[in-house]
Amino acid sequence: MNDPEDLRQSVTDWLEENWDPDAKLVEWRSKLVDSGWGMPTWPERWYGRGLSGEQAAAVLDVFAEAGAVGVASGGPGRLAAVTILEHGTDAQKEKYLRRILTGEDLWCQLFSEPGSGSDLAGATTRADRIDDGWRINGQKVWNTSAHHARYGLLVARTDWDLPKHQGLSYFLLDMDQEGVNVKQLKQMNGHASFNEVFFTDAFIPHGEMLGQEGDGWKVAMTTLANERRMADVLRNASSGERRGSIYEEVRRENEVLMAPYTWYPQRAGRVDLLVKRAQETGRIQDPVVRQEIAKVLIMARSAEWTAKRARAAQQQGRPQGPEGSLGKLAASNVARAAAQAHTLITGADALLSGEQSAENGIIAEILVSVPAISIAGGTDEIQRNIIAERVLGMEKEPRFDQGPFRDVRRN
Amino acid sequence: MQFTFTEEQEQFRDMVRRFALEQSPASTVRRLMATDEGFEPALWEQLSRQLGLTALRIPEPYGGSGFSAVELGIVMEEFGRTLLCAPYFSSAVLSTEVILAAGTETDRSALLPGLADGSRRAAFAFTEVSGSRAVDEIDTRATTDGNGRWQVSGSKRFVIDGHTADCLIVTARADDDVGLFLVEDDAGGLLRRPLVTMDATRKLADVDFDGTPAIRIGGPGDCREQIEAALDAASVALAGEMIGGAQTLLDSAVAYAKMRVQFGRTIGSFQAIKHKCADMLLDVESARSAVYAAAGAAAGNHPEAPALACLAKAAASEAYVRTAAETIQIHGGIGFTWENDTHLWFKRAKSSEVLLGDPTWHREKLMQRWGY
Ligand SMILES: Cc1cc2nc3c(=O)[nH]c(=O)nc-3n(C[C@H](O)[C@H](O)[C@H](O)COP(=O)(O)OP(=O)(O)OC[C@H]3O[C@@H](n4cnc5c(N)ncnc54)[C@H](O)[C@@H]3O)c2cc1C
Repeated sequence: MNDPEDLRQSVTDWLEENWDPDAKLVEWRSKLVDSGWGMPTWPERWYGRGLSGEQAAAVLDVFAEAGAVGVASGGPGRLAAVTILEHGTDAQKEKYLRRILTGEDLWCQLFSEPGSGSDLAGATTRADRIDDGWRINGQKVWNTSAHHARYGLLVARTDWDLPKHQGLSYFLLDMDQEGVNVKQLKQMNGHASFNEVFFTDAFIPHGEMLGQEGDGWKVAMTTLANERRMADVLRNASSGERRGSIYEEVRRENEVLMAPYTWYPQRAGRVDLLVKRAQETGRIQDPVVRQEIAKVLIMARSAEWTAKRARAAQQQGRPQGPEGSLGKLAASNVARAAAQAHTLITGADALLSGEQSAENGIIAEILVSVPAISIAGGTDEIQRNIIAERVLGMEKEPRFDQGPFRDVRRN
Repeated sequence: MQFTFTEEQEQFRDMVRRFALEQSPASTVRRLMATDEGFEPALWEQLSRQLGLTALRIPEPYGGSGFSAVELGIVMEEFGRTLLCAPYFSSAVLSTEVILAAGTETDRSALLPGLADGSRRAAFAFTEVSGSRAVDEIDTRATTDGNGRWQVSGSKRFVIDGHTADCLIVTARADDDVGLFLVEDDAGGLLRRPLVTMDATRKLADVDFDGTPAIRIGGPGDCREQIEAALDAASVALAGEMIGGAQTLLDSAVAYAKMRVQFGRTIGSFQAIKHKCADMLLDVESARSAVYAAAGAAAGNHPEAPALACLAKAAASEAYVRTAAETIQIHGGIGFTWENDTHLWFKRAKSSEVLLGDPTWHREKLMQRWGY
């Protein structure tokens, strides 16, 4: 299988035999999950084929050419899958992984709390040991997808006498129970993709802790590292003009599930629309506008190339340089600059919102969605701290939160 | 496009880096920048005859080694790290590239072997009194007696190493065409005046031609396209030099921030400094990506290569100048002294920003080349 042509041929052969655009979506994905072609880089034991990133890209290419639908792989489900794959017991992998990949179960990430966002280790949602498991009380907030998630990745405090990072544990929470109460939150862009989640004596059986008691911080790091790298939820959303009932199902899945997230492309600044808008409005003639567009495009292209350098190094098995840690901060800069350039191009029309406004509301939505990107998944400031301390090796700031967590100052 | 380097390229980089670090410590840079010539023949001998770096881009039949923009970028980046003082950019990059782009077989055979082994150093005189690099704004004139003998009249400014080169390659108008003319250093009617430069590590001269005898190179006909191509190649190379310099600045800023103590802690533990350094790293790495992409595109004759030359030059200029200013800021008072080395790179950043077109010029050209 080392020869790329052989690999492509195997995938093509398999698709020829199995891919059916009129199959039921879950049935198709089940088959795909069993074949290992759905998650090519995963180990063979767990729905994968143990391939390299480069080989996996070739597999995805063949799927794209054939128009074959892939596994459900976006959003918090992806985070759940990689975290469980890395830290889960066999029983947990058995129970959860497959249904994540088939799209039968949706997940959410229950990390942030009203009193601790950047400072995740300051979580005060409590998990108290009872006979057959854990009793959960407290509140999470800004949790994307919680309103339609079947399960949640929960970080909660199991010990208040240890220093903050050591007293946390990581749980797989069944959202479908009385003690869990989800309330959608309206965002500044009018959409409601995140939620508040309240726990009142919610229950988690013993087998649903991920890692050991006190490992919460370590396990959460896996989730966060993947979140920083995660591709957009809408990546697989459009299946174009292809024919077959399975595409109908995918479209329906997207419509229902993705409705709260239609603004996601806008939060990245819609760099792709800059030149088109400038040409349509005639602003492309304006030397100032040309300069601003060029600046954004230079930033965006450079960020893409930086990501490619990181991937190329990884594929060659070389140690990654600093380029691997910069993507999230770069994306924030690009998004902000693009939003600014869009407003410059749009002129007074930027005063409007909704269908009357430019590009059917898209431009207005860019402006009010971009602020999310420098907050969600670790703020720009936190990214800069991480880059300075871990990549450049600069001294950590003095801390005021050591010692038993119960004595640490908090909100 | 290529986003990593091969094993051989990495070894080559190590070799050049070691050479530059050994031969071009800041003390040497300071000594040479105080001279009129700005370089030492012994070092030139070493990098040309011994290491073959001047022959890098020249095809084998003319005594070169036939490497691409990627290898040239490596040399420039490593030289840029230490501000290595030598007429490398003027002779082995600008002049060599213009002969590669425009030279006829005769020109190549006559000129390239000397440039390849470093026995001759050429300078490229393309900037008019207006300061423009634009090939449409050339006022220098060339006239012929009809027997293949040419004379050049006019003035060129900011000619890099123009006062020390053995010969000059001059852009001039011949009737409606823009052509290339070779002038020897002892030609009559040639006046070369070294300029006092803000960046003393890069020597510049004004050159006046008054009926100066010249040989036409590049054959008859218009050479504008070839000149553009050479300047694009030089822009990518210069952008490589710039990210090398920016990296040195970033390294020195971070090292200082880790060492300097105020208020009982290192200044690097203050977020104001930490965040500056993180932003500088992003800046430098982004520019590096742009430069590697542009060099890779040039090496592979990618259709987007000319556009990416502008992109890389604009990106590297902005990153270098910003990094230089922040590095001084992070050093505090000592950063403003002559004794501290930061200003050497600060000045190189500024001179490189302006050279071959500033970022605004390159961004406009980029938009045009993208067809917008
Ligand atoms: C669109 C969106 C989706 C989200 N989805 C989820 C989700 O699915 N699950 C989930 O658990 N959370 C989610 N979040 C929450 C997100 O992770 C937090 O909002 C984020 O980590 C910041 O925490 P905070 O809001 O409490 O702000 P704070 O941590 O209070 O920060 C406020 C300000 O202080 C700065 N600051 C804080 N600490 C430092 C420091 N050490 N150094 C310098 N500056 C600092 C911050 O950068 C920020 O500017 C989402 C947020 C958004 C906007």
